[in-house]
Amino acid sequence: MSSYPRPRKKSFSFSSTVLIFTVIFLFIPLFVVTFFSLNSAKGMQWEGASLIWYKKLIFDSPSLWTAFRNSLIIALSSSATAVVLGSLAAVGIKWYRFGGKSYITTVSYLPMVLPEVIIGISMLIFFSAVKIRLGMFTIFAAHTTFNLPFVFMLVTARLDEFDYSTVEAARDLGANERQTLTRVIIPSIMPAVLSGFLMCITMSLEDFVITFFVSGPGSGTLPLYVYSMIRYGVSPVINALSFVMILGTMIIAFSFRRFLKVVAASS
Amino acid sequence: MKRTLKPRAREQLLGSLYSWPMGTWFTIFFIVPLAIIILYSFLKRGLYGGVEFELTLNAYREMLNPSFAMVVVRTIWISVLATLICILISLPCGYAMARSKHQTLLLFLIIIPFWTNSLIRIYAWIFILSTEGLINSILIKIGLIDEGLRLIYNNGAVVLVLVYMYLPFAILPLFTTIDKFDFSLLDAARDLGATKFTSLRKVMLPNIKSGLSTAFIFTFIPIFGAYTVPLLVGGKDSTMIGNIIVDQVSKTRNWPLASAFSMIITLASLVGVFWMLYTSRREEQLKKDGPKRTPQALESKVKAHHRAGKGVR
Repeated sequence: MSSYPRPRKKSFSFSSTVLIFTVIFLFIPLFVVTFFSLNSAKGMQWEGASLIWYKKLIFDSPSLWTAFRNSLIIALSSSATAVVLGSLAAVGIKWYRFGGKSYITTVSYLPMVLPEVIIGISMLIFFSAVKIRLGMFTIFAAHTTFNLPFVFMLVTARLDEFDYSTVEAARDLGANERQTLTRVIIPSIMPAVLSGFLMCITMSLEDFVITFFVSGPGSGTLPLYVYSMIRYGVSPVINALSFVMILGTMIIAFSFRRFLKVVAASS
Repeated sequence: MKRTLKPRAREQLLGSLYSWPMGTWFTIFFIVPLAIIILYSFLKRGLYGGVEFELTLNAYREMLNPSFAMVVVRTIWISVLATLICILISLPCGYAMARSKHQTLLLFLIIIPFWTNSLIRIYAWIFILSTEGLINSILIKIGLIDEGLRLIYNNGAVVLVLVYMYLPFAILPLFTTIDKFDFSLLDAARDLGATKFTSLRKVMLPNIKSGLSTAFIFTFIPIFGAYTVPLLVGGKDSTMIGNIIVDQVSKTRNWPLASAFSMIITLASLVGVFWMLYTSRREEQLKKDGPKRTPQALESKVKAHHRAGKGVR
């Protein structure tokens, strides 16, 4: 293509302009809240930089820390469960034939294509039908359910590239099923498992809608805390909290940078 | 393949041991809840919430109530409009990203706002649009207006914020498809005398059809089921189906009606997904002439979309 010195600049620049404006559009809200979190005044008038809202956020909001703790417990436990169940299932689906295989495959993709409201409502109605009290356990169950498809998908994609003859070689050399799993399969799917785990943590920390339906008194997570704050109206403390959460997102996205290249390369 | 050499029973046992834990989990926490919703939508409303076990079509009849019908119509036009805007913006974006040398950086820039907590993003828009918000205070300060304009709590704000929230759902699959496109075909078309626009429309567009349908479905479905955006930036006339469902569950406690509305969203989503599968399968058959089983086709579509992203949320 480079051998054609065609005056393509013009057709290229329309789409580039749209892209630049889109990126600006996507970032403006994030910049605005970050900027105003540093404002010492409460309103829109800029009255000098200060960190008082961050101080308030950290030292003056005890329920924030409870919510944060709940969020962490649920994110870690549901991601760990999803990673174990999802990875094993991917191995089974990829390499063995057994009853219910296509049922499991189909069902594992459905939670990703239904809107959150439906998953939240159906779980809420389910939990009250079987009389399970709403609380940490129900949030854990819901989060594991929406996290599982991503682990399953990532590990399946990794296994697609995996050479099955490695497993057969291990068997020929006398490894039993457990040894094959722990010495051959698990090490080779580890990158996918880890990125699946990170993605689950991100989604679990982020989720509001589903959690909103299945949470009970005292089990509020961080997004639920944000929600209750937003309902009171605009406040610089939320701006401060927003920046902290945006920063968290950037760190997680940055730790995915290798993964992003995979996206660019594989597409 | 070599796996056929293995004893059948052993394969059955191992496969089940590996995969049925997840299968069981999905059955209990996903399939059973969906089945309950389907069942409840055909039951009679209980006196104090809950249901009575008596088969009836009351819930579906209630949906024909004009005020509910209005909400359904509004949900459809808001979703179609917001999705079309997303696609129109995403096409040039995906194209520019595919041709760029800085793909990783651009993906990073698209993904950061996309992964930021959705409530924070909605809050940021409330901060910008509200009557004492950023835009109004700037306009008042430079003397263009005397008192705040009503920029928020209307359908326009809902469409704007929905586009903001779901734009990456359209950009990422379109980028993935356009990136696979062989750009030398465009040069060929130009050499044969086609204009820029014609070559894009007649050569590129047919080649990215599956990406377009994926982008459309994965943007449309979550917008169709939107709940937080109309709740937080919409006005009294911005209620969408998602809001009705939640109100019927938590306030009115009319579970059959909530279930019936959930059925609409579920059916709409499934129709969309199967339409997407149909277009991609037809495209693949044209290319490879090989048959494609449904789970795998769905898998590859979903994968292409979610490789960098997250769920339909």
